[in-house]
Amino acid sequence: MSVAPYLVAVWLLVIGLYGVITSRHLVHLVMCLSVMQASTYVLLLAIGYRTGGMAPIFADIPPGTPVVDPVVQALTLTDVVVEATASAVLLALAVQAHKRFGTADPDRLGELRG
Amino acid sequence: MSPAVRRALGLAALVALGGLCAWAVAGLPDFGHPRGPYATAAVRASLRHQVNATVGGVTFDVRGIDTLGEELILFCAAIGATLLLRAQRAEGQAQAAVERHEEAREQAPGSLRGLGAALVGPVLVLGAYVLAHGHLTPGGGFQGGIILAAALVLVYAAGQIVALERVRPVDLVEVSEAAGAAAYVLMAVGGLVFAGATMANFLPYGQAGMLLSGGTVPVLNVAVGVEVAGAITLIVTEFLDQALLRRA
Repeated sequence: MSVAPYLVAVWLLVIGLYGVITSRHLVHLVMCLSVMQASTYVLLLAIGYRTGGMAPIFADIPPGTPVVDPVVQALTLTDVVVEATASAVLLALAVQAHKRFGTADPDRLGELRG
Repeated sequence: MSPAVRRALGLAALVALGGLCAWAVAGLPDFGHPRGPYATAAVRASLRHQVNATVGGVTFDVRGIDTLGEELILFCAAIGATLLLRAQRAEGQAQAAVERHEEAREQAPGSLRGLGAALVGPVLVLGAYVLAHGHLTPGGGFQGGIILAAALVLVYAAGQIVALERVRPVDLVEVSEAAGAAAYVLMAVGGLVFAGATMANFLPYGQAGMLLSGGTVPVLNVAVGVEVAGAITLIVTEFLDQALLRRA
């Protein structure tokens, strides 16, 4: 089935979002967000894949050889970097929240304020 | 809202979202048969500038201005994470944390410390290699920078916090992060000055396959690598400091 890789991306998005909705721990929540972001990597790389294409590195293959799309691979690289930095900031916020409220359960963060 | 109600509502919404997304991707081109001119156009543009690794060519040449924004995101995120974590560090706690780490070092098995120390050198060399060959082979500034930062984490794993304080004085890490970002911005302005367009590739292209080829691409790779290594080391060490501060 030729749309199967795209459906993997949809599945990662949905299952990651389910984890975010039902999360009981802030670190778990950040990890679920990473799973959601993984869906964009799969989608981008799947769009650029060419059957039988080589890696787009012309060190030992002649110019003109069919290769997979380098543009989406570069976009994926940007995506990975942004995901890593966003995770770092979110985890720092989770440490801060745990320090302030004494819990990492997102449901209980507000109720301890009073 | 009770967890059960939220779960039920969430599941209903996710089923709808998944259905819509599946419907949307069913209209995409067949897997393995991409359409559109950009793949071949990007390959041609990279090879014209003597860059063998076309992913690096796209990242630092064709989409160089986007990578500038990406680099500044990394820069800001590292500073943001550091600010958030440092705000919690009280005076006097740091000294106690160092002492706790000294105790932990006594307990760390010798094999772990030996392996960590033995791997630092090879990992540094690997990082520098990946960094310098980003325009020739898979790799580049982002990947090489991460490997360089990993070498410093190995120093930590080896339990050498005293050595670590020498290897990564926080000032040096912060300076390398800022210098990498500044170098990238200067290269962008250099394109404007010498070639009439921001991020234009204004250096000689050289011969594809040589270490010095691709014009500005290897220079930008090194700038990004220095910045990434600094930023990731900063983030990782701040988190490790937290782990030590809060172990008591």
